[in-house]
Amino acid sequence: MSKIVLKTENLGISFGGLKAVQNLDLEIKEKQLYGLVGPNGAGKTTVFNMITGVYKPTTGRFLLDGEDLTGKGQEAINHKGIARTFQNIRLFNNMTVIRNVLVGLHNQPEFKCSMVESIFRLPRHFKTEKAMRERAKEILRVVGLEDERNNLSCNLPYGKQRKLEIARALATNPKLLCLDEPAAGMNPNETAELMDIVRHIRDQFNVTILLIEHDMKFVSGLCDEITVLNFGTVLAQGKPEVALSDPEVIKAYIGG
Amino acid sequence: MKTRKNVKPTHYINYVVITVAAIVLGILSLVGALPASYQIILENIAIAITLAVSLSMVVGFLGELSLGHAGFMCVGAYLGGKVVYVLSPSIGEIPALLLGFVVGGILAAICGIIIGLPALRLRGDYLAIVTLAFGEIVWSLFMNSSEESFGGALGMPTVRIDKDYLFIIALVVVLICLAVTQNLIRSKHGRAITSIRDNEIAAKATGINVTKYKLAVFAISAFFAGVAGVLLASSNYTVQSQKFNYNYSIEILVMVVLGGMGNINGSIIAAALITFLDIKLQTVLTGELAVMQDLVYALILIVIVIYNNAPGLKAFREKYNFKNLLAKVIKDKNDPSHARDDEAKWDRVPTKIQMDEVLSVDVQVKSPYTPDKAEKGDN
Repeated sequence: MSKIVLKTENLGISFGGLKAVQNLDLEIKEKQLYGLVGPNGAGKTTVFNMITGVYKPTTGRFLLDGEDLTGKGQEAINHKGIARTFQNIRLFNNMTVIRNVLVGLHNQPEFKCSMVESIFRLPRHFKTEKAMRERAKEILRVVGLEDERNNLSCNLPYGKQRKLEIARALATNPKLLCLDEPAAGMNPNETAELMDIVRHIRDQFNVTILLIEHDMKFVSGLCDEITVLNFGTVLAQGKPEVALSDPEVIKAYIGG
Repeated sequence: MKTRKNVKPTHYINYVVITVAAIVLGILSLVGALPASYQIILENIAIAITLAVSLSMVVGFLGELSLGHAGFMCVGAYLGGKVVYVLSPSIGEIPALLLGFVVGGILAAICGIIIGLPALRLRGDYLAIVTLAFGEIVWSLFMNSSEESFGGALGMPTVRIDKDYLFIIALVVVLICLAVTQNLIRSKHGRAITSIRDNEIAAKATGINVTKYKLAVFAISAFFAGVAGVLLASSNYTVQSQKFNYNYSIEILVMVVLGGMGNINGSIIAAALITFLDIKLQTVLTGELAVMQDLVYALILIVIVIYNNAPGLKAFREKYNFKNLLAKVIKDKNDPSHARDDEAKWDRVPTKIQMDEVLSVDVQVKSPYTPDKAEKGDN
């Protein structure tokens, strides 16, 4: 049995009287592709916001590799190894593609270079800059954006912006990569390509992936295991074919 | 290897221009060929450039609006100026001035960190109000100080460093300020700073230490404002606290905005031109016409702003753009988009509260807004 990367215990949050998410128990194993699905307003993104430190959970806790990260700040959680993308793309628009990735590489220990070293242009500055650029190019190659690296990120088409967000998150060298609707706004060809990229990323970077997605073909074709949420509670958990054919899940999606 | 190959002439042209100016004008001055009025203009231009470049770090690159830059300068002028005044009889003017730079700069930087702390929570207009208040508090404190300490309303006496070479020292300060700013901005730390400007939420999620960079930028920016204050104190026989009021902060901000947000060379040119214009207007329009000074000054600024922004002039601007004209002279083989790397857009003046901030996730944990649910087409 491979080890558990992310474990949430009774995780929940309420905004005033609204219980957005409650009693969420997840166990995501190493190198797993885990899906989080559910109708609109089910609390999927709220789960992401909790495990990336945007919101502080009101109940329960979550552990990454056995370490309790509940209540830590976004930056600290990112340093511990959870990276994310956003549903509505949040790139650094005034920067070129490669710089977006370079920002992601900022905190990697092998690219350490203090502010004083940069200001006085000591040799280490040039060494790290060169190494960072090489690494950034490698990451861009994985998502297929290497040729776009000197374009401004705001000028990229939508699908490529999504890929760039993944590349930036990947640059922070996460243990767990959270993708919030990575296939939104993509055409079927792009979606199929994205599936390959996501698998490739998992194998090459040894990363566990948690994703939110509405495209059921994408989810069932890609994920090893899924959790279906509705109104903040878990409806079903398990293999995609099993969980998606659960009568409760069908009722939540189609009604009746 | 790659970084060295990518060195662009435009990245270093400002050092060359200022160094050449300092050497040529310095020689002219030492042989006595430079009139005293021009020496004074040069001193003022150097001070203005230092202020504009240091402020552009906060406004142009960090994306926070600071209206209290004159306050930091005031701290430097009074405290650094005091050091120069007290020590120059015993250790000589120049060593005292250098020590004054260090003391004035560091004390201003400490104030910068104190002001940077609210900057972690406040944004846009609200931070502008805090910095504005800071600037006003500083000068009124010195205004109401006792006569023995800082001279109170009469102003504090300072040492006037010889005109013949003070402007050379000032230009060296400009070079140091430029080197620190540009080296910082064109490094991984600069990328982190501009990422905070572009999207603070994403910067946090990418693991950028927002606290550290905001405080660092405020501190460095305030340091050079303090140094500029010491220069100002040394270019006069007294410092008057009223000089460092709100208008002065705005004047510095105008230089940064006119030069283009996040465009250091633009800020330098704007600072030099505005200072030159200001001093020329003061000397040309005298007597009855003195009331016209501010009017003409304001009119010129309005014309520049309209020229920069009017949609009708867009074609003209693009055709006779300085950058395009320069590109014809110096053939830049690299991708032109690369050069735009660290520039913000004109319309990104950080006074506007953007939707991002209204929907900001870190305002309150219990905020009814969820950051990713607000946009249309969310399915």
